[in-house]
Amino acid sequence: MHRRISEYIIESLIRLSGFLVIAFVFLIFLFLLRDSLSLFKEYKIGEFLFGRNWLPISEPPKFGIVPLFLGSIYVTAGAIVICVPVGIAAAMFIAEVAPTFLKNILKSLIEILAAIPSVVLGFIGIVWLSPYLKQTMGLSTGMCGLTGSLLLAFMALPTIISISEDALVGVPRAYKEAAFGLGATRWQALWRIVLPAASPGIIAGVMLGIGRVIGETMVVMMVTGNSPVVPTSILQPLRTLTATIAGEMGETVSGSEHYFALFAVGLVLFIITFIINFIADSCLRRARK
Amino acid sequence: MEFAPKIETVGLNLHYGDFHALQDVNIKIPAQNITAMIGPSGCGKSTLLRCFNRMNDLIEHTRVEGGIIIDEHDILKPEADLISIRRKVGMVFQRPNVFDLSIYNNLRFGLRIHRMLNKRDEVMEAIEHGLEHVGLWQELKDKLKKSALTLTLEQQQRLCIARVLILKPEIILLDEPCSALDPVSTLKIEDLLRVLKHEYTLVIVTHNMQQAARVSDYTGFMYLGKLIEFGNTKQVFTNPMEKLTENYISGRFG
Repeated sequence: MHRRISEYIIESLIRLSGFLVIAFVFLIFLFLLRDSLSLFKEYKIGEFLFGRNWLPISEPPKFGIVPLFLGSIYVTAGAIVICVPVGIAAAMFIAEVAPTFLKNILKSLIEILAAIPSVVLGFIGIVWLSPYLKQTMGLSTGMCGLTGSLLLAFMALPTIISISEDALVGVPRAYKEAAFGLGATRWQALWRIVLPAASPGIIAGVMLGIGRVIGETMVVMMVTGNSPVVPTSILQPLRTLTATIAGEMGETVSGSEHYFALFAVGLVLFIITFIINFIADSCLRRARK
Repeated sequence: MEFAPKIETVGLNLHYGDFHALQDVNIKIPAQNITAMIGPSGCGKSTLLRCFNRMNDLIEHTRVEGGIIIDEHDILKPEADLISIRRKVGMVFQRPNVFDLSIYNNLRFGLRIHRMLNKRDEVMEAIEHGLEHVGLWQELKDKLKKSALTLTLEQQQRLCIARVLILKPEIILLDEPCSALDPVSTLKIEDLLRVLKHEYTLVIVTHNMQQAARVSDYTGFMYLGKLIEFGNTKQVFTNPMEKLTENYISGRFG
């Protein structure tokens, strides 16, 4: 009898925590939605989504999200272009080429890389990377999109490398044996057989890396120059969705139009990361089948 | 036994680290016949087979000494071209190891890596011919774009054989090709081997003695890394010269 009661209690607790997680996500979404919708009572949704000016303290204020959205896209796209090829190549090297001792060293180094706080990376960006870029590329300022992209790429690399490496190692040995048996070189086997077989896992790793890049705040706030204008090049100062929220939230009056506008920005960000994680998740599920 | 050997080993020794897996093996394998290698597990029959296309190169700490002569060339020589050896000496593995690609791309892979046949219709013709050879064309001609993993195990193993045939090999090595298949599929694959032997030299490793007796023309018996006896299958099975062979065949050990 005792046993049955304790079983029941444990079971209910586990069930409760499961439901709580769902409830929290749902509540966060509702909370964001409620406060963002308050903005659209007074401010047109079209002007928010397609407005090209983010001037929250001018009179009248303008809350056009386009410069911030493009800022995020530019920085993220730049980071992806850098981190995806590098990350996959590194994963291939660790999984297929590196001798065991090097493999172990590299894997623990990558874990350390993942543990570096983003504010430290931002610091490195300010004192070293942005002056360096300014000088070598002849820019008017080193606080620009590219600096952010480089650092974000660096942050996404550990995720991409470790998940891709797992996917590559998980490819059945028999595939490689078959390829070698047909006369393939190591590179041909890797490129034409192992890589396609591991692709769902690799895509999942890339998507999770991208999710991290889009959501990252501290680094971009520190190094991208924080100028909310529509960017025309990645070499210009710009500002992302995340940096806007983090930078302006402290100055707004709770319940003001500006305050609600920041929540609306948060909602947009939430939807973007939700979509990306959803894609990553479905890729991972396909990889496990 | 008078024949011109397709494969000949001379004093072949192989060590995996400290383990002496093949000990002074001298064997001559005839062209356009089926040669079966039998023996208890761990006797070195698979290892010997994997020497013929140098698959043992993939295993670390492997040392091979002696000679393996295929068509008058020693494939163990450092200047031997590994890639053309593996095209000429195809291999079919224990478990059907089709790639996680479409049926078409499974067959296309070998052509691609050897830069054979670039034109679309030539490739298609080769694929049709390959599948026809293994008796799959009628079943699969409308499903070439489907994943090869959707096929039955027997179909997969046939596809693996077609994948080898398409490269126009001269020798086909089969490492227990039926051990993952049911008895009916096994007999069908054996029928296929009987057809193939008119064009190719086949070497099959099997732990199934009935299979060796049914399908092969010559049989080699191995024990503890040594080739104990080699001869005409009928003679090996009915009138073995060595006591060990007789004991193994009559089921007294192994």
